[in-house]
Amino acid sequence: MAAIDMKNIVKKYGDGFPAVNDVSIDVADGEFMILVGPSGCGKSTLLRMIVGLEDITSGDMMIGDRRVNDLAPKERNLAMVFQNYALYPHLTVYENIAFPLRLAKADSKTVDEKVRAASKTLELDEHLDRKPANLSGGQRQRVAMGRAIVRDADAFLFDEPLSNLDAKLRGQMRSEIARLQKKLGITTVYVTHDQTEAMTLGDRVAVLKRGILQQLASPRELYTNPGNLFVAGFIGSPPMNFLPATVEGNIVELPFGKVEIPADKAAKVAGRGLLIAGIRPEAFEDASVVDQTRQGSTFRAKIDQVEWLGNTAYAYIPFEAPPEVLEQLQQLERDLDGETLRTQLVVSLDGSSKVAEDDDAEIWVDTSQMHLFDPATGENLTIDLERAGRVPALEQGHDPAQQAKAEHEVADQQTAAAESADG
Amino acid sequence: MRKLGTAVGCVLILLWCLLPVAWIISLSFKSQTAITNGSPGFLPKDGDGAGWQNYTDVLDNEQFRRAIFNSIGISLIATLLSVIIATLAAYAIARLEFKGKKFVLTMALAIAMFPVVSLVGPLFDMWRTIGLYDTWPGLIIPYMSFTLPLAIWTLSAFFREIPWELEQAAQVDGATSWQAFRKVIVPLAAPGVFTAAILTFFFAWNDFVFGISLTSTESARPIPAALSFFVGADPFNRPASLLAAGAVVSTIPIIIIVLIFQRKIVAGLTSGAVKG
Ligand SMILES: Nc1ncnc2c1ncn2[C@@H]1O[C@H](COP(=O)(O)OP(=O)(O)OP(=O)(O)O)[C@@H](O)[C@H]1O
Ligand SMILES: [Mg+2]
Repeated sequence: MAAIDMKNIVKKYGDGFPAVNDVSIDVADGEFMILVGPSGCGKSTLLRMIVGLEDITSGDMMIGDRRVNDLAPKERNLAMVFQNYALYPHLTVYENIAFPLRLAKADSKTVDEKVRAASKTLELDEHLDRKPANLSGGQRQRVAMGRAIVRDADAFLFDEPLSNLDAKLRGQMRSEIARLQKKLGITTVYVTHDQTEAMTLGDRVAVLKRGILQQLASPRELYTNPGNLFVAGFIGSPPMNFLPATVEGNIVELPFGKVEIPADKAAKVAGRGLLIAGIRPEAFEDASVVDQTRQGSTFRAKIDQVEWLGNTAYAYIPFEAPPEVLEQLQQLERDLDGETLRTQLVVSLDGSSKVAEDDDAEIWVDTSQMHLFDPATGENLTIDLERAGRVPALEQGHDPAQQAKAEHEVADQQTAAAESADG
Repeated sequence: MRKLGTAVGCVLILLWCLLPVAWIISLSFKSQTAITNGSPGFLPKDGDGAGWQNYTDVLDNEQFRRAIFNSIGISLIATLLSVIIATLAAYAIARLEFKGKKFVLTMALAIAMFPVVSLVGPLFDMWRTIGLYDTWPGLIIPYMSFTLPLAIWTLSAFFREIPWELEQAAQVDGATSWQAFRKVIVPLAAPGVFTAAILTFFFAWNDFVFGISLTSTESARPIPAALSFFVGADPFNRPASLLAAGAVVSTIPIIIIVLIFQRKIVAGLTSGAVKG
């Protein structure tokens, strides 16, 4: 058992592609750390650098109190579960699980004890003599876990372990992994791009974009206090709404009308001109079902479409955005791997709401949950830094504008490397 | 009706393939005199049969025993070396990016396309000067160089099929690169390794041109060459039935090898080894 401390880790691939850029993450002993981000943001690369399958271009990788940069994978004593499980097809389930023990030259009695203990934990007892090719996806997944837990590894590393399973099995295995990690109390780094996995499993979550750490915080902190537009848009489903906004005093002008925000938020953004307001769908409600005593503002809008799901209903309200905001939102959509941007507001209404398509409805909004972002840098101006974990761009000595510029440079280098690889 | 057609077709093809073999077996059981006198018919006539006599004669023959020994030794060593080198080379080609990879592959193909006869002359001269003429290595080297290209191509195709992650998983599990190669990659590539081994062994065992040109005495002469030098008691009358017995005996090792390796190949393929 050991802590993993990544200090200013950089990875440039042979073709010049900067996959990981100056990432520092400290994983405490016994902590469950999640790495998330859109496809190609360098999650797997980072994980493979921890385990030793990829060289580290610069920075220090500390496991416990050892610097492991130059150690081979076998000397790092970590266990990894691969995305496609990487089971040895020529060995039985038993021998697959026993493989690390045999390499460590354990005597056959110890091997047998440990393998049977692992197979009991993972309910693999009746499959021990079978070959991986004959197992179902979930069973293979468990064999891969078995191979990881038989060893007394210092940490577990997972690279999207559940992405090959169907939705139901994924849920089961997710709680299985959570249970196992709690039971063994072992340091874990887990790569995923599944929201639910990130939110439910992680003690803390590291959000990456283009190989740059955006925010490192608990799931709740990420959700309530995103450091920038990217994190705000990435965490949460359906995603946060982004609207053009101008602030005067305590009044925010949105495309649908004016709403009032708390004074402390207003103070942080005084005199900033055009901003982007971020409001989660569930911060809205049908005004007619809201308890009158609740704080908040209301506005009227024409509903374009309603999706009723029983317990909630999603209503869609289109709006117009000025070009400066639109451009930033389009960029954001590209970064998030999203489909083309539709400038519409998604609001989540109570299931009992009677709002229907083409209604001119009165919508209530909880403005205390609103965040305001700088359209140029994407920085969250109304962030509560006390409850936001680590946001590298907003740390002492960092300037969000500088960070935005650095990100553009990385983006350019990545495009250049990708183009030269194509040509 | 269709079943019948298939059966008839099979029988015809089998006849076509196996008739010469059957014929040589029949010859090997006839006595020398019967053959000299002309003995038509598949089965030996009364009094023409020689029983196992030809076989005991062949096996008692010092020359023949030497030749068998040479052939087995040379072919096995050539196969072993060729498979080991081909496995390592194919692994490098499949896995590593290095300068001159294309060059190695094209050269390998080019060598495989060289006609054997065109090399025999120069090799004869070279081996005489170096002192490899009429020795085992003198045959092993050309056998290897002609079988390596095919072996490398076959094996690198097999290696490419094996997911790289298996090897990385092994390394994370605590294996050195060498252990990962030996315990995971080689077992998975086993069908390929055995295919390469069979191909090499066939080539070495059946070769006649090198065998006859690069040897002069019993010290290295392999069976195909030895059979052509085989003279019985009467130098003017080639002992056809003895030769037939010799030919039959010399196919036995090949059959054994194929049976052994074939089982491995089939076992490997059916266990879904190369599928992730
Ligand atoms: N061997 C390599 N050589 C050059 N570039 C590479 C190499 N491997 C990965 N990359 C690049 O590095 C970037 C990060 O890759 P990585 O596999 O870490 O992404 P990821 O975050 O795991 O994405 P995904 O969610 O799709 O698995 C990608 O843009 C990829 O193109
Ligand atoms: Mg990945």
